[in-house]
Amino acid sequence: MGLELYLDLLSQPCRAVYIFAKKNNIPFEFKHVELFKGQQYREEFGKVNILKKVPALKDGVFTLAESTAILLYLSRKYNTPDHWYPSDTQKRARVDEYLSWHHTNIRGNAGKALWIKVLIPLLTGQTLPPEKLQEVMDELAISLKQFEEKFLQDKPFIVGSEISLADLMAIVELMQPIGVGCAIFEDRPKLSEWRNRVEEAVGKELFQEAHEIILNIKELSNIQIDPQLKEHLAPVLRKMMK
Amino acid sequence: MERSFSSVYLLCSYSQGQVVSASMHHLSPCCSLCPAGRMGIELYLDLLSPPCRSVYIFAKKNNIPFTFKQMEVLKGQQHSDGFGKVNILRKVPALKDGGFTLAESPAILTYLSQKYKTPDHWYPLDMKKRARVDEYLSWHHSAIRSSVFKIFWLKNMDRTFCPRASTFAKGLEGLWLTKCLTDWRPLVVFPLYMDQTAPEEKLQEALEDLTIPLKQLEEKFLQDKPFLVGNMISLADLVAVTELMQLIAIGYNILEDMPKLVEWRNRVEKAVGKELFQEVHKVILNFQDLNSMLIEPQLKEQMKPRLLKMVA
Repeated sequence: MGLELYLDLLSQPCRAVYIFAKKNNIPFEFKHVELFKGQQYREEFGKVNILKKVPALKDGVFTLAESTAILLYLSRKYNTPDHWYPSDTQKRARVDEYLSWHHTNIRGNAGKALWIKVLIPLLTGQTLPPEKLQEVMDELAISLKQFEEKFLQDKPFIVGSEISLADLMAIVELMQPIGVGCAIFEDRPKLSEWRNRVEEAVGKELFQEAHEIILNIKELSNIQIDPQLKEHLAPVLRKMMK
Repeated sequence: MERSFSSVYLLCSYSQGQVVSASMHHLSPCCSLCPAGRMGIELYLDLLSPPCRSVYIFAKKNNIPFTFKQMEVLKGQQHSDGFGKVNILRKVPALKDGGFTLAESPAILTYLSQKYKTPDHWYPLDMKKRARVDEYLSWHHSAIRSSVFKIFWLKNMDRTFCPRASTFAKGLEGLWLTKCLTDWRPLVVFPLYMDQTAPEEKLQEALEDLTIPLKQLEEKFLQDKPFLVGNMISLADLVAVTELMQLIAIGYNILEDMPKLVEWRNRVEKAVGKELFQEVHKVILNFQDLNSMLIEPQLKEQMKPRLLKMVA
């Protein structure tokens, strides 16, 4: 039994893991965990990741959660090219620094646009007032400013002249609002150029493939939502809609 | 420049001192063998902050020489121009190693572990064990840290707890409340400047949010092991315990009905060393002393626009 990666490409961190594995020709079995069908709550998946989240990894009996941990594990196990996670202490620290900051700053904000525009209406039948989206976009704008000023600066990529795990984690997250029509790269030329560079470094075909679902998310408005999923998400939804 | 090292060592040319003996001359400013190079590390810390405590403990425990740069977050020192050059994100902890600056505690901890070649158990070389540390450090952010942060600031706003809290301190907390708590509904700032305590239900909500993560900490991360990753303490335990101490120290006995976690916490304290553990938690354990802190009116005025921007 080889490496298994439990993924749903709707999820940003899943895309990072998928792209990384594919780009580096890491052989794995794609285990589809369909989030809309509530498969992350099934007992079977619970054995792989008791936190009931994707992405998750299973390597023999070894299971692992958290995309950062998964990416780092894969980079070590499969000896991927140095630029992804440099062995130079200071360059590596820059990747770690970004991955840590990413959680509370980009990751928190970027995904909300999808919730507001698609998921909440889908799950509850309610639409939220436009101010809600504006609030979220304003928060994201602050994070994007910090991203440009502190992390990207005038470099081609976050850590220097080559793509790293930092760029990968960032880009998949920022593609989420794009999928629901929030043109965050418009009026941000530096960011836009970086985005193109990252897509090129990943490879256009792989990049587009990984983002097919999110870029066609509007087509999911007719999808059947598992009723149990609604139950599981009720507390989260209540909070978001307050 | 402190002159606490033996005359056998020289001042590294990087530090613009004089070379005394060629055989002892170490050219690299980052050379961990050269005391002068070693003294180049500056750690910008406020021990009120859990991530700062984990960095402090780690450096002390491993005898990593550093200059302690005291930062007082409640006094807004992270907004000074000087600190902005160290960390433009204006957060603590921050590290400065010669021309190299670094933010984010997990990055600082792993940087120090690599540079100073600390004992393996902190951040094991074994891929799977290391992955477990990475997994915890990643999960910790959203699961534990965010709730602890909220609860801390909400508790701080209680007037009965901080009877002499200045308007500024309340205002600051109020603004933080607004910034942190609400993703969906902006709380009004000004009532918090004007003699109102934090809504109790917000505090209760934040405490409830911690219930499941604590359970996951026990069932997924600790299980039946002595420490989170195995038989010995690691960065994961350090980050976890310093965070939980934030609430324990201000009177929230969050581990009350969780004996397994209590035992683990005690084990971590022992592994760190009781003296060091108590020393680093002194500030938070004596939180009430902060009530006597005087904020200059000038600073209040200086902070206002920045604080207002935070919630704009």
